[in-house]
Amino acid sequence: MASPLDAHKETYREEAYELLSELEESLLHLEENKDDMETVSRVFRALHTIKGSGSMFGFDNIASFTHNIENFYELIRNGERKVTKELIDLTLEARDFINTMLDASTSDDGFYDESAGEEILSSLIRLMPDQMAPDAAAGEGGDVPKDGDHVPQEVTYRITFKPDPVLFSRGINPIYLFDELRCMGRHYIAAHVSNIPTLDELDPEACYTSWDIILTTAMGIDTIRDVFIFVEDDAEISIDVIDEGGMFTEDADYKKLGVILIERGSITKEELESVVAGKKRIGALLVDSGLVEESTVESALCEQKLVKDIKKTRHAQSVASTIRVASEKLDRLVNLVGELVTVQARLSQTSLERKDPALTGIAEVVERLTSELHDNTMSIRMVPIGTTFTKFKRLVRDLGDELGRSVNLIASGGETELDKTVIERLNDPLVHLIRNSMDHGIEPPDIREAVGKDRNGTINIKASHSGADVLIEISDDGAGLDEQAIRSKAIEKGIITAETDLSRHEMHNLIFSAGFSTASRVTDVSGRGVGMDVVTRSIDALRGVVEVDSRKGSGTTIRLRIPLTLAIIEGLLVQLGPNSYVLPLSSVNECVEITAKEIKAAHGRNLVNVRGEMVPYIRLRDRFAINGDRPEREQVVIAVVSDLRVGFAVDNVIGEHQTVIKSLSRVYKNVRGISGATILGNGSVALILDMPRIIEDAELDERNMVKR
Amino acid sequence: MAMSKNILIVDDSASMRQLVTFALEDAGYDVVQAVDGEDALSKAGQSRAEMVITDLNMPKLDGIGLIRQLRERSEYKFTPIVMLTTESQDTKKKEGKQAGASGWIVKPFTPDQLIGVVRKFIK
Repeated sequence: MASPLDAHKETYREEAYELLSELEESLLHLEENKDDMETVSRVFRALHTIKGSGSMFGFDNIASFTHNIENFYELIRNGERKVTKELIDLTLEARDFINTMLDASTSDDGFYDESAGEEILSSLIRLMPDQMAPDAAAGEGGDVPKDGDHVPQEVTYRITFKPDPVLFSRGINPIYLFDELRCMGRHYIAAHVSNIPTLDELDPEACYTSWDIILTTAMGIDTIRDVFIFVEDDAEISIDVIDEGGMFTEDADYKKLGVILIERGSITKEELESVVAGKKRIGALLVDSGLVEESTVESALCEQKLVKDIKKTRHAQSVASTIRVASEKLDRLVNLVGELVTVQARLSQTSLERKDPALTGIAEVVERLTSELHDNTMSIRMVPIGTTFTKFKRLVRDLGDELGRSVNLIASGGETELDKTVIERLNDPLVHLIRNSMDHGIEPPDIREAVGKDRNGTINIKASHSGADVLIEISDDGAGLDEQAIRSKAIEKGIITAETDLSRHEMHNLIFSAGFSTASRVTDVSGRGVGMDVVTRSIDALRGVVEVDSRKGSGTTIRLRIPLTLAIIEGLLVQLGPNSYVLPLSSVNECVEITAKEIKAAHGRNLVNVRGEMVPYIRLRDRFAINGDRPEREQVVIAVVSDLRVGFAVDNVIGEHQTVIKSLSRVYKNVRGISGATILGNGSVALILDMPRIIEDAELDERNMVKR
Repeated sequence: MAMSKNILIVDDSASMRQLVTFALEDAGYDVVQAVDGEDALSKAGQSRAEMVITDLNMPKLDGIGLIRQLRERSEYKFTPIVMLTTESQDTKKKEGKQAGASGWIVKPFTPDQLIGVVRKFIK
């Protein structure tokens, strides 16, 4: 007759009687020695065991009553309450009551007077008034895995489990957790071992692995979470639903075409079935049979494709997870790649000198890998410019209120990617340009109306790729530049003389000169003569180019051409005496040769004839005061700087060079004409030339010469 | 039987020991019983247990102390140790975890729930 549980119950009863007599003894001892904490502990332990085991064997009444008594003794054990004679009296009564309940459990009717227990508890509460009210429940339970939370439908989860390295030292082996998940449904487990260090750094007791688990199961997310219940504080665990419909149905079609058409009421189920007898594609069959128009099928197919695409995109998005990385880490990576590019260049050069085919082979592979690594690293740093554009919308709105203008900002090309640092440094100049457009460009609404324009002004900001550069265009439909005003202002400020003959383009570029402002009034927004030259300086610092194009009355367009990245440029390596220099290749147009004879024929003017066009050039030997005689034949590198073709005469052109830019130390920060340095394959240093600055200085020198 | 795994169950309550032993043996494990922490330490030394299940509130040496001392022994450094607890309060769990406990099971539990927890740690 006796089931295993009955046998256990009997054991429990025996144990409980034993514990009760022990409890009685301890309580009497405690009455004599009220501060004996060891005895308090014994009392507590006896009550605890009676409660804990009682709940296990189905003596719920005993468990819940004892739990309340235990609570009082917990307070005493923690030193929050003192033992008193009254407490001992009541506890002894309680002990007798537990005895009664135990007796009752074996009696035929199981009856006992429940009110006695309640009386004891209420007396205890009176004794310890601010003690918490007795709990109804004995065991708290509910912490063990539940299996009741089934959801009928299968759901696919992505579980990311990244345990703390100390996981094993808590006696936890993740393999068994995965076994548990395995039992739940179809699964795919991927282990990430990239964090495992090299052998000499490896702690054999640490867990370096992390896992991704894709699980398709009908179990609820709570059941999955329960698997990790013991490790949830020692691991990064994320459980995401990646598809409600089950992993293996992911690529299955959205509703079948026929279903869509029936739902839309285009055909009936019967009509459909009569047609489906054949094997042709259903859309074609339906059209053939004349039940629906071809366009109806087309549109249904569109719906099908659209939902499929959405599903696919959603899937791709959820799978292509992203991580956040501190930008310093990226900077460091870029620096390291830069070093690597330098070393790789040295390797290539050495292998060429050695003429060892084996070495050359290796050098070529390294070159290819380095260039791939470089491209990849750079792409990591690329972020879309869109977020910056979004900020401008707010700026335009707020400024519009301030200036009494109503302006729409239309941004496009927000997905264009640029190096993060470039984007950060572009923010200020772009803000300046937009402010300028709003303040000087866009007219007040009344004036706009008077000249037949829409009351609302428009500013377009557009980003696009253009080779290794990004082109950013800010155009407004405002008043445009007043060339006459610019000219007289420039003369007044001493930027140009009254005789200076300027092209329209040069005239427009005057607005970027330092200290220039045509606005007759100074506003908060712009017009203090700082601003536009700040823009030029910032863009220069980014090795970019600013251009302005304007038509009076119809608006102004400002174009910024910015290199994608600051860290590495394509350069043209040239030689001057014993030294090497790098010219940014992006501005270089062509190279021509010039002989001493031609120089003589030019009568000392630095002009070179390029297919009939006279191009001024700057002899870098003179500018950098390099000793020694210039060679018989010089090379002139023709570059385009601010739409101007200018030559740079050098001794020799060596060739293209991928240049990792190293900034010069602070001591050389103010040296004009040099924007940085790079290390060449042979380990020597080459200076990178700042072409716009060199031209500017050369023009200045010439002007000073003319004045004298 | 050489292949079956040894589990050490530590509880001062005989009925609890009996119930847990019954459930574990039913699932095919070998069980060694200990009546308190000190007893457990000596039993653990006699033969290496694959897993330890211990009550917390015990005379002589309590569960937390037992876990601490076991973890100091090299042969129990990575052994799963599960606490039997009535207090589902986080303090006890936390204390146990800091001492090195692998997991816990809250009383009252059914034999199936017990085996479910055991299977999280050993086969």
